[in-house]
Parts: sequence; C-alpha cells; structure tokens
Amino acid sequence: MTVEQPVLEARGIVKVFGQHRALDKVDFAANAGEVHALLGENGAGKSTLIKILTGAYQPDGGDLLLDGQPIHLRDPLHGQTYGIGTVYQEVNLLPNRSVSENLFLGRQPSRFGLVDRKRIDAQARDLLTRYGLDIDVRADLSEYSVAVQQIVAIARAVELSGKVLVLDEPTASLDRNEVQRLFDVVRGLKAKGLAIIFITHFLDQVFELADRVTILRNGKKVATQALDTLNTTDVVRMMLGKDVAFEHHPSALSGATKGAVRVEFQQIGRKGMAPFDLAVHEGEVVGVAGLLGSGRTEVARLMFGVDTSDGGQVRVDGQPVTIRNPAQAVAAGFGFCPEDRKIDGIFGDLSVRENIIIALQAKLGWFRALNRDDQIELAGRYAEALDIRAADHDMPVKLLSGGNQQKVILARWLAIDPTFLILDEPTRGIDVGAHAEIVRTINRLREEGLALFVISSELDEVVAYSNRIVVMRDREMVAELDGDTIAPDAIVRAIAGTAPGKPQEARP
Amino acid sequence: MTRSLRPLLATTLIFLFAYMLAVSQQPAMLSTRVLGNFLTDNAFLGIAAVGMTFVILSGGIDLSVGAVIGFTTVLIAVLIMWLNLHPLIAFAVALIVATAFGAVMGAAIHYLRVPSFIVTLAGMFLARGGASVLSPDSIGIEHPFFTAVQKSYILLPGGGRLTVVGMIMLAVFAVAILLAHRTRFGSNVYALGGSETSAALMGVPVARTTITIYALSSFLAGLAGVVFSLYTSAGYSLNALGVELDAIAAVVIGGTLLTGGYGFVAGTFIGVMLQGLVQTYIVFDGTLSSWWTKIVVGVLLFMFIVLQRLVFRAGPRRT
Repeated sequence: MTVEQPVLEARGIVKVFGQHRALDKVDFAANAGEVHALLGENGAGKSTLIKILTGAYQPDGGDLLLDGQPIHLRDPLHGQTYGIGTVYQEVNLLPNRSVSENLFLGRQPSRFGLVDRKRIDAQARDLLTRYGLDIDVRADLSEYSVAVQQIVAIARAVELSGKVLVLDEPTASLDRNEVQRLFDVVRGLKAKGLAIIFITHFLDQVFELADRVTILRNGKKVATQALDTLNTTDVVRMMLGKDVAFEHHPSALSGATKGAVRVEFQQIGRKGMAPFDLAVHEGEVVGVAGLLGSGRTEVARLMFGVDTSDGGQVRVDGQPVTIRNPAQAVAAGFGFCPEDRKIDGIFGDLSVRENIIIALQAKLGWFRALNRDDQIELAGRYAEALDIRAADHDMPVKLLSGGNQQKVILARWLAIDPTFLILDEPTRGIDVGAHAEIVRTINRLREEGLALFVISSELDEVVAYSNRIVVMRDREMVAELDGDTIAPDAIVRAIAGTAPGKPQEARP
Repeated sequence: MTRSLRPLLATTLIFLFAYMLAVSQQPAMLSTRVLGNFLTDNAFLGIAAVGMTFVILSGGIDLSVGAVIGFTTVLIAVLIMWLNLHPLIAFAVALIVATAFGAVMGAAIHYLRVPSFIVTLAGMFLARGGASVLSPDSIGIEHPFFTAVQKSYILLPGGGRLTVVGMIMLAVFAVAILLAHRTRFGSNVYALGGSETSAALMGVPVARTTITIYALSSFLAGLAGVVFSLYTSAGYSLNALGVELDAIAAVVIGGTLLTGGYGFVAGTFIGVMLQGLVQTYIVFDGTLSSWWTKIVVGVLLFMFIVLQRLVFRAGPRRT
C-alpha cells in the first residue's frame, strides 16, 4: 500500500544524552493504513525515537511533521491532541478503576456536575464491542488479563487520538492466543486507515503483522524496507550489524588449550526457560549470542542465583555447590556484571574505592572489616591493573564514564579472586575507544586463566573474545559453535533459525 | 461486585456483629439515645476522617489533621472571646485559614516532590506550635450562639437526640460520598492513588488535584475544629492530640487501602462508628480501662491490613 504523504514523519532526528548520541540523524515515516515495525537491539535507540514521536522527549535536532506540517510536542498529552496515541508494554491505565472509567477518565459525560455512570458504562460497552470485547465494563481493570487491558488501552488511545497509534512492545507478556486477539484488533484499525507503529523484539510477529520495517542500530537508521522483500536472516543481520571490526584474538579462535573444567551447570532452568547444560573451562570465554528476549539475561540470572533454578546442579571444580541466592554465588567465587550498570551495578554515590572493595567486604563478613589502608591499596592495585581513569579514588563512581564504571565493577569482582565471571552486555553504552579496551580486558582475563561467560548483542565483539559461542533462541540454548565454526554469518543463521522469536510464556 | 467492596462488607458485618455482641451484654445500648450520642461524640473524628479518606485514596497521608483541629479551636476561641467576633465569622475565618494551610501543604507535596508524610509532619508541628503561641492556656468560649447551638437537636423516636454537630457530620459524609464517587474530582483522586504516572498520562491535572485534596483535608479538619469547639466550648492548643492517627485507623478499618486507590467514604463512617462503639461499650461496662479502646482498634487495624493483603493479592480473575 503506498500513500504519497506520510501521516507522521521524523526527519534527521538527533538526541544526545550527555556524551552519548542516542539518535543520530534518524528519518522515520509512518503512512496511513500501514503497520510499520521498528526494530533494533537494546540501546539501538528504539525507545528514544518512540519517546520523541509521542512527545515524551524533545529532539535536539531534526523535525517532526504531522500531515506535512511541522509540530512541536511538549509532552505525551500534547501529542495526544495531535492524534498520536501510545500503548505501552506495562499498560499505563488505572488497575484500580473500572474498565469504563479507564476509557472515559478526563472526559466523563456528566449531568448537573455529577458524573453520569450509566451513560459511561453504556458508551464503554458500545466502544469495546467494536473491538470484539464483550466484558463487564464496571469491573476493575485489574480483574482482566493483560491482553484485555492492552485492548482497552488501545481503545482509549484510538478514541482520544485516532491518527497514529504507537504500540510499544504490546505483546511482551501475552500468550499466543492473546497475541492473535490483539493482532486482529490492530488489523481492524489498520483497515480504518490508522498509521500504526509497532515495536517488538519478536521477529515472527513483525513478519506476521507489519507491512514495512525500520531497523535502528547504535542510534542510526540501518534501513526502511517493505517486509515482503526481506527474510528473517536479512533482518537479523541488519539488527546485529557488522560495522565494528575487532581483531580476532588468535588464542580465542584456535580453541586451543582448554584448562580443566572450572564450573559446570547441569539441567539449570526454570519456568519459561529451558534447562541447559554448560561447562566452562579454565581460561575460556563462553560467549552468548541471541536476540533480545531470547533468554540471555535469564541464563545469567540463573547462574548467579538471582533467580532460583527449578532443579539441576552446579559444580565448581568438581564439587557440587548450592546456589539459591547471589550471596551463595559470591561464596562460590562467582562474579556478575549486570546488564543495567547504573541500576544494578554501581553504587553511584559511593566512591570508586568503596565500589571496588564492596564484594570482597561482603565475602569477608561483618566482623572482618577491611581497614582503610587495605582498601586504598586494593583499589589502587585494581585501578592500575584495569586502567581505571578517575581523578581520585574517593570520587563518586557515578561521575565516571560508562567504560570506567564497567571497569570498576570488573575490579570489584576481581578483588574476590573469582573462579567464574558473568558479564551481561559489558560494552553497552560505552564509547568506541573504551569498548575496545573492555574487549582487551576480557581477553587478558581469559589468558590469566579465568572462566568467563559473556553476553553481548554485538556479534563481532562476541567473536572477538569467545572460545565457544552458545546461541539462544526462545529461551533455549539452540546451538553451540566453536573453533572454526565461529563466524558472524554462522551465528546469524543460528539465531534466525527456522522460526525465531515465537511468543513466550508470560514472565513472572 | 468489585474486589474493593469486600473489605467494606467485612467492616459492616463486623460492626453489626460487634453491636449485637455489645447489646447482648448491655441491653441498654440498643437505643436511639446511644446512637445519637455516637454521632455527637464522634462528629469531629468522623469529619476529619472524611478528609483523611480522600488523602489516603490518593496514596498520601495527612498527619496535620489533629493539630489543625487544635489550632482551629484556639483560633475560634481567640476570635470570639478576645476580638468579640460573632462565632459564624470566627468559623469562616478559621475555615479559610485551615483550607489555605492545606493548599500550601498540597503545593509543597506536588511541586517540591516531598513525601506527604514529611510535609504534613511539618504542618503538624507548625499548627500545634502556632496554636500554643496564640494561647498556651485553654480559653473557655461563652457566647449565646454557642449555647443555642448546643441546645438544639432533633428528637429521634425513642428519646435519642440528633444534635447539630451530629447533623454536620452526616451532611459531610453525604456530600463526600457524592464527591468521591460521582464527580471528576473523585475519579481523579482514585486515579492518583492507582498510579500517578498513568494518571498524568491520561490527562489528570495532578497538581490541581493534589492541592485540592490537601486543602479539602485541612478544610474538613478545620470544620472538625469548629465542631470540637461547639462540643467542648473551649479552645485549647492541645485539643485533639493524636486524632490524625484515630482518623487513619478509621479509614483503614473502613476498608480503604492504605497505599491508595481503593476504598469508600461510607466505609470510613463505619470505621468511625466501630471505634465509637468500643468506647461506648467500655463506658457502659464501667470496669474496663478506656485503653481497651486502643487495644481493640489495634487488633481491628491489624486484621484489616491482613484482610486487604489477601483480597488484593489475587491476580486477574477474568479473561
């Protein structure tokens, strides 16, 4: 379907956060009567672009055009008055109010200053019938499933705006039937001529529902194409890209000298995550590749005891250990650098020194406090070893750059003399120079004999440091590559597989 | 029937059961005389608890209520006895002062993003301190208008008396029920309690609603002060100490979720009556220490917190 003028168009959008360019001259256009998918890995700039399109953020450069006229959105409410409605993954409605109240809040019909309940309920029923919902509109919204809530949210957004509908990961917590129900509603709206922007990380849903796709990567637009000219492998390749080149580390690729098995996981899994077996050797990096939502982070969380496994066992150096919480994992010599460094990783207001010694102190317990001299000595040693650039070690760690923060977290775990390190997206949000440095650090740690498990969306990066690569799809480890079989192309094929990204079970 | 009705139902049943139990021990308690006194004796608590209901429904808390009542009684006494103003003028001034005080607290909570707990705690100290500065001693109020109001009542069948203060409380509850359940302001209050982020995204005027809620709570605390001064004929800076906590207890026992979003004004009425019932029973019994009221209220409160946990923990029930 081709329409001459897009309903909503973004031209040359630039958004800068601090020193990080979240969006770099991105163009985007949504036409009437189409479903336009927006794809990209975490950090690609999807959500930033959406927030600009709906008015939650203001762009630092570029223009927004609605029906060809430039517009400036102050906030999402203002966007709504222009006809741009949004439905988020976590339904942004009121769970404590009735369905009809959620539909009509702010525009309740009233008589003599009192809200006319009966009329609201009748109108709400009529409205929802058009969306194929026949429910008791007087019941609390929270009594209904997320799928119904999503449809109610869509109904409200369309009623209020009615030109552009942004669906931000609406299917993330729906099961297959619910997804179909939602898609039927979306197709109906598309037939009515709405421009629908659909964000998801489930590729098969994109192919099922969308007409065109725009792919973002590292804040830049990779392509906008009609989906019937593409296949899954093309899309995965564009999402993961291959523009950052690393020298392949010789010792990594040769698959050569494997040491003894340090850590062994047997049948570790939980609801919504297929059990896996994995052994990591001394001096080995096991890389994890897979799309967002494929279960990468879930594996890391299971390994570190953040989530408890439903069964299976873990052996460290041949000895069985119990890991049911992170404290036990630390006691077993595990370290975990989480994906969201700022929230789960650093203690922003504490100093570099305190951030480095905190895991060691936790391991020692309350009654063996590290004295200040030891702390300074330790912090100095690791800061030097990892080349942490901080003016002094007493400054709050939140003032450091992303790369240096990541090194502080690495130093924290190295200080406990770990057997096994889990790194989840260690290079996310780090500028290119520091990026290469982190990769070098990972290689060096491996050479020093550490066992590492590294998750990354950057394929070239995974290839650069891994001895072995496990590929995840649909919350399952589906392939393992090593030695000569490690190459970005092979990984892309494994990730794309036959039917990538089918909807998962609802997450807890 | 929505889930939030269940705690209300439970409160009502407990009240009826407790009343029957009390009557079986003290048959004299079954009379309109006792019921009339219920209303009169708890009028100031009931009125303050209505304001507290709105605050808690929106997800906040107002600790200044008792202090505002105390301040209002002193201000009214000062205006009438020292400045020789007519009581009605004194009431109007006191209500305006109280409302403005609440509006300022609401504005501080919204614009400075300070938790309501802290802001109203400051408000509590300010109001209580201000009252002591006006007059550290109790001021008796003597005025023909006061005497007239105190003597007027509607005679209920069975000899009970529905006094003016009792009627004020009933009127406040009636208006508040309409306000909460049948106006946009009411919807916005519930919306804030459900999720402030969602409410803002759905177009609820968050600033205006927050300020109105705290202004309303302080207005009603002021009105409770008016009632208190009519009830006791005195203004004293230490009046109504800790009433904010009784009000919170009444609201929670009345089935309102302490974290906001769920509840009914009518429930608060029963919550207040339940506290009154316990007090009255203790008076009738004559041998129990009045502190038993606190113990019973504590047990009820705890029971309701557990009950609400159970009721609201359930997930979606329909598809």
